[in-house]
Amino acid sequence: MTEHTPTPVDIFDNFDHPVINPNAPIVPQRAQIEIRNLSKVYTIPGGEVQALDKINLSIQKGDIYGIIGMSGAGKSTLIRCLNRLDTPTEGQVFIDGKNILAMSPQELRQTRRRMGMIFQQFNLLMQKTVARNVRYPLEIAGIPAREANRRVKELLEIVGLEEKASAYPSQLSGGQKQRVAIARALASNPDMLLCDEATSALDPMTTQSILELLQEINRTMGITVVLITHEMAVIRQICNKVAILDFGKLVEEGTVDSVFLHTKSAAGRRLFGILPQEDITPPQPALRIVFDGEAAAQPIISRLVKECGADVNILSADMRQLSQKVYGQMLIQRPEDIQEQKRIVDYLAKEGLTVEEVHLP
Amino acid sequence: MTFSQLWPVIWEGTKETLYMTLWSGLFSYLLGLPLGVLLTITKRDNILAAPTFNAVLGAIINFLRSIPFIILLAMLFPVTRAVMGSAIGTRSIIFPLVMSAFPYVARMVEGSLEEVDRGILEAAQSMGSTNNQIIFKVLLPEAVPSLVNGAAIVMTTILAYTAMASAAGGGGLGALAITKGYQSRKFEVLYSASIVLVLLVQLISVSGTRLTRRLDHRKK
Repeated sequence: MTEHTPTPVDIFDNFDHPVINPNAPIVPQRAQIEIRNLSKVYTIPGGEVQALDKINLSIQKGDIYGIIGMSGAGKSTLIRCLNRLDTPTEGQVFIDGKNILAMSPQELRQTRRRMGMIFQQFNLLMQKTVARNVRYPLEIAGIPAREANRRVKELLEIVGLEEKASAYPSQLSGGQKQRVAIARALASNPDMLLCDEATSALDPMTTQSILELLQEINRTMGITVVLITHEMAVIRQICNKVAILDFGKLVEEGTVDSVFLHTKSAAGRRLFGILPQEDITPPQPALRIVFDGEAAAQPIISRLVKECGADVNILSADMRQLSQKVYGQMLIQRPEDIQEQKRIVDYLAKEGLTVEEVHLP
Repeated sequence: MTFSQLWPVIWEGTKETLYMTLWSGLFSYLLGLPLGVLLTITKRDNILAAPTFNAVLGAIINFLRSIPFIILLAMLFPVTRAVMGSAIGTRSIIFPLVMSAFPYVARMVEGSLEEVDRGILEAAQSMGSTNNQIIFKVLLPEAVPSLVNGAAIVMTTILAYTAMASAAGGGGLGALAITKGYQSRKFEVLYSASIVLVLLVQLISVSGTRLTRRLDHRKK
């Protein structure tokens, strides 16, 4: 961050939102996207649906912010409220400090040009070539043709589709279509990129490459990425922050690492695969061991067996890469013997691992 | 009637039919296309949502569409005379033809525009497009193949309606078949005029389908 002298406005902002996170920068920083008390109620025949329920969220410049939830959790509504494709029933959305809901149509259009958006179904212009699709945002912004064409070339290079400039979207694969959509979203030099289930229609390999592209865009251009998904793998791979939505409510938020290490909500546990989708059978006590990159490589379990003389019954194990560190979790059956339990927990704690008791069916 | 006698008559009728069809088609689209756009964009959840206006406009269009052409022709005589200078003749019948066809065109256009994926319009909105930009750079261009297909159907319908021109002293192949053919018991005129009409319909329909396919980049 460059030098920043707190202005009176900043100070007031700070009073409204006391810094809770001890690691947060000391200089008050205005969030790029600030969602306050956002609610959305849909009226349907025979009743109302609360799609969003008093959501509060701050997204900082440079974040890759993941919003995750099961289908019907309200995540799509939430991201669509950010650029006012949907109008919330209550609350405010501040983009760089300006309330998008109070903007004139003209201001709204200008703001939208700074917020690129990509969609699950790509939403490309089917009767226009790849180049014309990418040129569309430049055309509507009145950029002269020569400059626009140069920019289109540049953008197609970024997404690796120079050769497809004169192809039509129907001639492309799903991944290529999403690349065109990304190039188009970047055309107006946005500060933010909103991704509405951008990889949900793609196969795992293609998902991977699109996520890598989004990460690269975030790193090299400093573009803030907000993405919604129902797949934890997407969050783990590229996000630094995550918010969990469940039935329209924000149940957890924070850095991916902290939310993953200390999952509290039932929805979070479900999404992390700790709890089954439905709790029907009576729970079985288990210990959840969280590995933090360094310990995962070590033969912890075999040492545990040797040193504690415990019978370790592994229920499930899952190790993954998560923001450049290897994270993982393992579920082992909790021994009935209290002493044995204590030995295991103490040993693991000594090794610097987080252990907690969970209940499995 | 020998062929050399028949041919000039049929040719004259063909030219009159095409004259009526093309001008009527053109004016029907001048009125119907904007109305079709308006019918689409004022729908609930569309870019210029105005549900009440939409309902009123829809009702008026349905009312106009429900009057049979031959009755509309009679009802409009005084108006036609005021607008075209005369209520009868090949040129004058263009007015009632347009009055009859434009609501139909509006509905056809509406149908074509409906086919454009809502997601594409939302993408355009998310890029900061004005409504005019969405209409002229997204909605209409995306619907072009379907609009062309619809136009071919409209033109064949108008062509069929021109056959009723004889009721208002108009010319064309229809009038030829009825007056010079059927009523004068010259069946060679009746049948050759009808055959040319059928060929014209086929020609419009086939070229419409081909053009639609060539213009459509959705599948290839």
